[in-house]
Amino acid sequence: MGATDFANLPHIGEALVRKEDYRFLTGAGQYTDDIDLAGLTYAVFVRSPHAHARIRSVDKSAARAAPGVIAVFDGQDVAADKIGGLPCGWLITSTDGTPMKEPPHPVLAQGKARYVGDHVAIVIAETLEEAKNAAEQVVVDYEPLPSVVDTGSAKAAEATRVHDELSDNNCYRWAIGDKTQVDTAFASAAHITRLDLVNNRLVPNAMEPRAAVAQYNRSGDDYTLWVSNQNPHVERLLMTAFVMGLPEHKVRVIAPDVGGGFGSKIYLYAEDVCLTWASKKINRPIKWTCERSEAFLCDAHGRDHVSHAELALDKDGRFLALRVHTDANMGAYLSTFASCVPTILYATLLAGQYTTPQVYAEVHAWFTNTSPVDAYRGAGRPEATYLLERIVTRAAWEMGLPQDEIRRRNFITSFPYQTPVALQYDVGDYPACLNKANEMADVAGFAARRQASEAKGLLRGIGYSSYIEACGIAPSNIAGALGARAGLFEVGEVRVHPTGSVTVFTGSHSHGQGHETTFAQVVAARLGISPDQVDIVHGDTGRVPFGMGTYGSRSISVGGAAIMRALDKIEAKAKKIAAHLLEASDADIDFANGEFTVRGTDKKIPFAQIALTAYVPHNYPLDKLEPGLNETAFYDPTNFTFPAGTYICEVEIDPETGEVRVDRFTAVDDFGTIINPLIVEGQVHGGLAQGIGQALLEHCVYDRETGQLLTGSFQDYAMPRADDFPEFRIGHVCTPSTVNPLGTKGCGEAGAIGSPPAVMNAVLDALAPLGVRDLDMPASPNRVWQAIQAARKA
Amino acid sequence: MPVHLQVNGKAVALDEPPHTLLSQALREHLRLTGTHVGCDTAQCGACTVLVDGEAIKSCNVMLVQMEGRHVMTIEGLGGAGGSLNHMQEAFRPCHGLQCGFCTTGMVMSAVALCQAHPDATEAEIREGLEGNLCRCTGYHNIVRAVREGAAMMKSA
Repeated sequence: MGATDFANLPHIGEALVRKEDYRFLTGAGQYTDDIDLAGLTYAVFVRSPHAHARIRSVDKSAARAAPGVIAVFDGQDVAADKIGGLPCGWLITSTDGTPMKEPPHPVLAQGKARYVGDHVAIVIAETLEEAKNAAEQVVVDYEPLPSVVDTGSAKAAEATRVHDELSDNNCYRWAIGDKTQVDTAFASAAHITRLDLVNNRLVPNAMEPRAAVAQYNRSGDDYTLWVSNQNPHVERLLMTAFVMGLPEHKVRVIAPDVGGGFGSKIYLYAEDVCLTWASKKINRPIKWTCERSEAFLCDAHGRDHVSHAELALDKDGRFLALRVHTDANMGAYLSTFASCVPTILYATLLAGQYTTPQVYAEVHAWFTNTSPVDAYRGAGRPEATYLLERIVTRAAWEMGLPQDEIRRRNFITSFPYQTPVALQYDVGDYPACLNKANEMADVAGFAARRQASEAKGLLRGIGYSSYIEACGIAPSNIAGALGARAGLFEVGEVRVHPTGSVTVFTGSHSHGQGHETTFAQVVAARLGISPDQVDIVHGDTGRVPFGMGTYGSRSISVGGAAIMRALDKIEAKAKKIAAHLLEASDADIDFANGEFTVRGTDKKIPFAQIALTAYVPHNYPLDKLEPGLNETAFYDPTNFTFPAGTYICEVEIDPETGEVRVDRFTAVDDFGTIINPLIVEGQVHGGLAQGIGQALLEHCVYDRETGQLLTGSFQDYAMPRADDFPEFRIGHVCTPSTVNPLGTKGCGEAGAIGSPPAVMNAVLDALAPLGVRDLDMPASPNRVWQAIQAARKA
Repeated sequence: MPVHLQVNGKAVALDEPPHTLLSQALREHLRLTGTHVGCDTAQCGACTVLVDGEAIKSCNVMLVQMEGRHVMTIEGLGGAGGSLNHMQEAFRPCHGLQCGFCTTGMVMSAVALCQAHPDATEAEIREGLEGNLCRCTGYHNIVRAVREGAAMMKSA
């Protein structure tokens, strides 16, 4: 079935109200911390208060003797049981051919703590209160060491070394593109625009803090781990095969209702391993629920790039070449996918929507005494988009071109298009997105609105961003050639029940995205049944075949495509059953609207009757066909998908206070086929809030002297709130992806990718009359006010 | 000394340590796990419940303060047989929820907000929900849902 046929099926494009809503609206959702088990114990982690310290000793005796305490373990205990370090799933090779540095990432510190919050010991007690009290009595003798928290300090020759066994703090020095050609293009450029920028470090802050419950069962010598996680099979594979040395079939990982992830729950964390290991040691189930203050310290953070970019243009504003250097902060250890974020997921997107013939980017990754940094909504692509869309707008201003005009002059318009940084875009219509955004944003009325603002003593600015992202991650063979240590396919199992209802088992995981509804629409559309007749099961390695989980906006394009493949098999087998019952040849059977018909006759049979026949095979071709109607498919994509769009932001700034207010925000996206517009728009809204949050509010800050986290709670880290936003204007353009049978591209990250540069370009546009040329995110009132004062002095 | 209170219309007596938070009492002792805990600084609002009709962050009050009070949690909001109240109902077509974690507190805040200000404007709704964090929806559809819910509550 082609994408066009698919898009025309019933239920596709229908704003169906979500199936999962009822349980969430009534408090009946079951998140990990809601789980209660007989004999449950509670764990608390003792964490390093120092950014960098040698651990001389850990005295557990007082804690062990404290009331209610069952066990206290530290690094020596896990080492004695040969519990390994946490692995990194992507090998990046430096330009000199050496593999990235992968220092051990122990689940409990081995002789040294490397960031504030690093795990030193676990205390398990009968109650949470007893565990907390006992944790206070674990006496750790620390020898504090100097620390480095930013890449600028980490790369200095005299910098303290985060890992003693490495000669410096470098993890890798990687590059993409043809440097010689880029340098040549720069030599003949009519104009060069230069820009230094910082992509501010963020804390993901899913509203449900991470949590885990581990249970060991002596009867089967097996384990069950409930964990707030986005990809339970990957969690299990990494934990069993790479860390604990357990047989995979003896561990069941269940990710029940998960309260948001945004990337931060992709990873295998030390706590998950410690709980699973300790549940056998004490032969009791254990629960750990992260407190928010703890989450700020030990969840994987996002972004944290420092970049210098140069764009070469001809006299007409056409891009000739882009040259980029980026320093990326890895944190103290390599988190599960940390290494691929500032490389494969970042630099390959630097062509953007443009025909720039040459791009060269080098990326240096550095260890610091901070929490590990990994993928956060967009993962690399927001960093690429921010850099590119900032420098494109700056080039427009320097050359006296409107922001939309410079983009229009450089848009890719013919497809497929091979970029100079490895990706091949299959399809898109960038001018259409730009035109529609201009219209929806009423750009024509901007001048009048600016005048009105000025009359009130306010500044008004408009900012553009035309983003592209690579989603539908990923063709396994290409990913493998680029260093991935895992496959990136997805699985779907379609189980048709004898009475014709269906249960689907998907390796994708929903933690807010509404898979239980969208995937049911796909199945219902294909089989001609009601979405109510379809239930989606996800997040349980005990029920779902091996799948790769949800990240990189891949669920519908890879997970949905796997379900489509399984449905193809269901349909093919059902046609054979129908042919037998209707006494026709297989080739003459058509299937549409839930009915099998014999071409050229009025003979027909409904889907439900085929289902029943498959399980009650009295009149059935048993000599040629197995009974049953239950098919599984693994789908490995042949290319990425490329959602793209144009965002336009309008801000109003009070020059007296530096306060920035987003007055209008327009987002036009091309996600290909849209299955449920209600859900897709919700995804865009959420992404926009996180992107605008990054641009105006959010900033994770470590103290440069002490390495202490200064933004360790919702009181210090500005989370976007309801009154920080206007109503969003959302529009769509549709060029169906040619990669998968649904024509979908993915919509989960676009908002977070496209919006930060639109906001910052608007802020800088507003501030331009005052002489402010540059500003880093977040454009907080303090920063904006300082920039205005500095410009006035200059 | 047990604390006597009404929870979702039922009288309960809870004899717990004096430092027990209302959120703990609800989640751990009454197993009303629809009240969620999303932070430890009373900032996120996921634990919001109604106490005598007023929206309260249940992580920020002690159980002992609840003597004689009427507490309503998300589990008590709907009608008999699992039907939804107007505010819960409005969140569905407006897609005012995604992961569901903040949702229960958000709905409780919205109910209190609209009972106190049945004609709240969009700006007033946004301001009124300032104490509830959502990381999924960008608030756009929550605000729509609260407007719808307020209208349904008014006309009921």
